Amino acid sequence: MALETTYIQEKLSQKFGSNVLNFEMKRDIFSLEATSETVHEVIQTLKEDESLNFHFLTDVCGIHFPDNDENHQFAVVYHLHNWIENMRIRVTTFLKGENPEVSSIIDLFTSANWMERETWDFYGINFIGHPQLKRILNMDEMVSFPMRKEFPLEDSGRTDKDDRFFGRTIKQIK
Amino acid sequence: MSELLLPPEHRYAKIIEETRNSDGSELTILNLGPTHPATHGIFQNILLMDGERIIDAEPTIGYIHRAFEKIAENRPFYQINVLTDRMNYCSSPINNMAWWMTVEKLLKIEVPKRAQYLRVIVMELARITDHLICNSILGVDTGAYTGFLYVFQFREKVYEIYEEICGARLTTNMGRIGGFERDWSEEAFRKLDVFLTDFPVAWKEFENLFERNRIFIDRTVNVGPLTAESAMDYGFTGPNLRAAGIDYDVRKAQPYSSYEDFEFDVPVGKSGDTYDRFCVRNAEVWESLKIIRQALDKLPEGPIHADVPDYYLPPKEEVYNNMEALIYHFKIVMGEVPVPVDEIYHAVEGGNGELGFYLITDGSRTPYRLHFRRPCFIYYQAYPEMIKGSMLSDAIVILSSLNVIAGELDA
Amino acid sequence: MSTSNPNMVAPPEGVVGEGYFATKLNDVVGLARANSLWPLPFATSCCGIEFMATMASHYDLARFGSERVSFSPRQADMLMVMGTISKKMAPILRQVYEQMSEPRWVIAVGACASSGGVFDTYSVLQGIDKVIPVDVYVPGCPPRPEQIVDGVMQLQELVKNESVRRRNSPEYKELLASYNL
Repeated sequence: MALETTYIQEKLSQKFGSNVLNFEMKRDIFSLEATSETVHEVIQTLKEDESLNFHFLTDVCGIHFPDNDENHQFAVVYHLHNWIENMRIRVTTFLKGENPEVSSIIDLFTSANWMERETWDFYGINFIGHPQLKRILNMDEMVSFPMRKEFPLEDSGRTDKDDRFFGRTIKQIK
Repeated sequence: MSELLLPPEHRYAKIIEETRNSDGSELTILNLGPTHPATHGIFQNILLMDGERIIDAEPTIGYIHRAFEKIAENRPFYQINVLTDRMNYCSSPINNMAWWMTVEKLLKIEVPKRAQYLRVIVMELARITDHLICNSILGVDTGAYTGFLYVFQFREKVYEIYEEICGARLTTNMGRIGGFERDWSEEAFRKLDVFLTDFPVAWKEFENLFERNRIFIDRTVNVGPLTAESAMDYGFTGPNLRAAGIDYDVRKAQPYSSYEDFEFDVPVGKSGDTYDRFCVRNAEVWESLKIIRQALDKLPEGPIHADVPDYYLPPKEEVYNNMEALIYHFKIVMGEVPVPVDEIYHAVEGGNGELGFYLITDGSRTPYRLHFRRPCFIYYQAYPEMIKGSMLSDAIVILSSLNVIAGELDA
Repeated sequence: MSTSNPNMVAPPEGVVGEGYFATKLNDVVGLARANSLWPLPFATSCCGIEFMATMASHYDLARFGSERVSFSPRQADMLMVMGTISKKMAPILRQVYEQMSEPRWVIAVGACASSGGVFDTYSVLQGIDKVIPVDVYVPGCPPRPEQIVDGVMQLQELVKNESVRRRNSPEYKELLASYNL
């Protein structure tokens, strides 16, 4: 294979030092973690360096970890793909629980526009530099971020569902 | 910058004020609203127009947001299959098989060859039906209703094949972890043979109706062109990307389910306009027919599912007679199956492009996080860019040629 | 060329004589309305594809009088809501219903339109009868085209037997008031 994972690891560690960590081959995708301040430059290096050339952004998504410590409450995961070497890479960055924010990569990949809006809509992660960070899938009037773990799945305003049939007793709505 | 956060009417009203001409003529705002006969699905576009020409557009989506990702965090694996059906509902077997392949990747299950070949057959049938709908509706939008009626009859034939396999017509919920729930009957293979004989004749007639048709060519050539760099930047995959000139196909790049055993070409267009997208989808239907024939010829005998009693329900005779089978049945239905802690991303070539599933498990019976990489959602971002400067009727034709399916857009 | 006896729509009860046929106005109007229901297809998701199959040539809905599919609410008789209606879409559905002129009927096609279906979530409206009055529910996920046709036939029975004065009656006004229409 022309693009070796050790080469990527060396190149990124040389440039970013301890800001990129946890290099691991998770099943068939090489994954790494970057700090939230440097993730924009890491992705820029992955895209613009000629030997790395990860020119396609496959996916951006968010995850909520309420059980982690304060600085690792949210994560944003970027999947990139290099079509010529046929290699995928995953970059994860962890964010703090209060007002999570990270730089937007919309200047590198235009397809990140709606994907970052979706992550904002679901988790409330602020993407600095995004020109139009407003809700995309949920209603504009919504105030909470529904994919966070504390948000309930079902509609709390329903009166016609009999909880006895669902194996639940009447629960208090906080 | 903050004015982009307001509804687009405010921004456009300001522009109209500023650019009002001396003779009183001004730009207009048109609401190509969520319910519209020609938009196939509910999404809204607010257009700023100069007469018949579009100056700017802003889409609003989310009118059918059903919170699939949130539901998936509360359902065991075999109940998530029901959700995947309803994403791209024109080709639901592809979504089903993609989900089972993701779970099998997670659980490191090897699926037997016969099941893999049958999966390929049903996925290519689904791809044919998806392109069938897209192209015939594109014909309807340019005014040719007959093609739609003619071709939909063959979609009914494919529905009959799905019914023989799994019992349902549209939202199929097909397959299980490790293979299929039952082997295909003789009737299914017979119907498949009849389809493979009759359909190419009808598809050839459909192509003849459109591909050299003067009116169709006038309506679609150079309408909504997209360069290859722009397509890549906007995250396009699938037939829309291939029409722009790049031959990226997940079936060739990262083959899954024995696709490497089959010979097929990947049709590529040149200029990325509507006519190229139409022709690429036509050509892909021919390639899919080729793959199905090869798979039927080479179909091996063998088990229809992997030997994984932990995840695959045992047959009822054994459950009633055999103690182990009863225990496995109980454990699977109650959800006490062993699930490893892992992080998986698996992608397949859906009808519209790279359909990816990003799954994180934490050992419990439901996923911790399941994210769907939906191709329609990602490439619909380019729609305002594609319609700037064109006329309103061209905008409708471009929308049909992109094959935006509302279920996949909003998930 | 068929030589069988086609099933003609039976005439209403009435008095027949030489050159005249006397019957109730209700029956004639009901017969005319029932056999020419023009649908407004409000297709949002998967049930919309089954509606396309119903309108196509195999299960032709046009045989039942629904030849002209109208997308303009003013010119449509029945609103067929097919697919999931989310809370974002509910005001738009209401607007379309309000624009329809009397007499109007509503068919809720599919489990999602009838009661929210599989999607018991914060963003999905649990049944369109939360915002508009519904006449016929067609369950299924998606319902087979035969079931959709059966729903239309049930609506035809309702329409045939409806009184001409129903739309001005106090019960109907009360029904609309309960939906704040």
